[in-house]
Amino acid sequence: MHSRLYKPTLIWLQGVTCNGNTHSFLNLPYLPQLLERFEVLYHPLLPCTQSLAEIARCKRGCNVLVFEGAFDPEMERAGTTLKQLVGHYAGEAGHIIAAGSCASFGGIFKASAPERNSGLAFSGEHPDGPLRGRVGKVINLSGCPVHPEWLGYALMSIADGRPVAVDDLGRPTALYRHMAHDGCLRNEYFEWKVDVEQFGRKEGCLFYEHGCRGPLTHASCNRTLWNGVSSKMRVGTPCFGCTEPDFPRRNLFETKTNMSIPEEVPVGVSKRAYLTMTGIAKSFKIKRLEERLIDDD
Amino acid sequence: MSKAERKENIISTALKLFAEKGFYVTTIPDIAAKVGMSVGNFYNYFSSKDILAKELILYISEYLGKHIREINEGEGSAKDKIRAIVTFYFTMATERPEMIEYFLRIYLSNREVFGESCEGMVCVSPFITEMMIFFDDGVAGGELRDQDFFSAFGLFMGYLGGMVFLFGEKILPEPLSHYEASIAENIYRALKTV
Ligand code: SF4
Ligand code: SF4
Repeated sequence: MHSRLYKPTLIWLQGVTCNGNTHSFLNLPYLPQLLERFEVLYHPLLPCTQSLAEIARCKRGCNVLVFEGAFDPEMERAGTTLKQLVGHYAGEAGHIIAAGSCASFGGIFKASAPERNSGLAFSGEHPDGPLRGRVGKVINLSGCPVHPEWLGYALMSIADGRPVAVDDLGRPTALYRHMAHDGCLRNEYFEWKVDVEQFGRKEGCLFYEHGCRGPLTHASCNRTLWNGVSSKMRVGTPCFGCTEPDFPRRNLFETKTNMSIPEEVPVGVSKRAYLTMTGIAKSFKIKRLEERLIDDD
Repeated sequence: MSKAERKENIISTALKLFAEKGFYVTTIPDIAAKVGMSVGNFYNYFSSKDILAKELILYISEYLGKHIREINEGEGSAKDKIRAIVTFYFTMATERPEMIEYFLRIYLSNREVFGESCEGMVCVSPFITEMMIFFDDGVAGGELRDQDFFSAFGLFMGYLGGMVFLFGEKILPEPLSHYEASIAENIYRALKTV
């Protein structure tokens, strides 16, 4: 444990981004307390001690580098290329956080310009980013945007001197070991193969016909709710799998099937076993699950 | 004879008797007598005729599932696999007609016996699952056209069932094996991508 007096210096740099991760971070309920644990040298929106122009001179280093957005080596910030900026600060920092899917895997910007854009350490699932030599060291907080609590978890761990264990794709296991499906209120519908009739309904699961990636996506959106209250599936929208390296995919509202059989099945289950179970589960008609929760129309 | 062997013996004897005499006419004493055991001992294996009936359908669908799984896991195109499934099915219908007869005549036409605990796909799932894997692989590999599962399944199995029925009724002029190639070709043409 570090002493309470130790304040790691932090720099938050942006690559090609929509600012979504910064905005998500602003929703962290304990943001003020978290910021007290760091000396913020630079952040594009939050109070900080240096300007972008000063940072771009690459005169000093920082303990923690947070990077938001896809990496494009030619892109400039205050006249300095990202290649130089990331090269300099990542070389110095003890901790590097890729905030969001673009910084982790390239995300939507890589999808539109794959020859230029990548994540910091990875490009998709391949360790082809500029920090490929530091795979395992870069903490990938994928998500579009990153959940503020996940960022809070990683930064607080760093401030407390606690190690953050990560998976093969650099994502903290404590946050990404389970599936987005875990904790979804629709799990009973999933088990008995009752699909939703339309988006926005509380009844039914979104897996079979509506493109839900919950059982295929490593994320804890239904364990740690968004804004403390909800998640996509809770309001009746499928999970888009935004924490996975293949995000963004196409046809997000459709489940790809081959002769009505889902092409992909939940992670860790063989297709044969899955089809056997679903075939049997479908044989049951459970009246309770066919009914509306509230008869309001 | 071990308990498992004795059970297997009851199953094949019962299948033959049901095929010969019909499901309702065949009694448990008939089956027990034919396998050479007392009725009391028989009940140690199957506690009622309905339970035996369900075990039989499970036995058949596991048998079908096991062989189609071997075909699924083997090499070859969807076209080759269709041919292999047709051949397997017709061989089974020729060598062990009582199994297919039971499926077509008893399971499909006496739903009241199989209602409880055999709903929907519960008792036939080993077989249906393998057909699903076959179709899924075929579409994923680009060889078969994407369509509704039951339309494809009905076409495939309905055709095979129909031929076996004609064969059982002694209407077919030739043995089943004579039709294998042309039937496999017809099924493939109906299922393939254009
Ligand atoms: S809606 Fe999605 S996450 Fe929820 S139970 Fe269904 S598949 Fe799982
Ligand atoms: S529910 Fe799915 S798409 Fe939505 S934020 Fe979580 S992982 Fe991303």
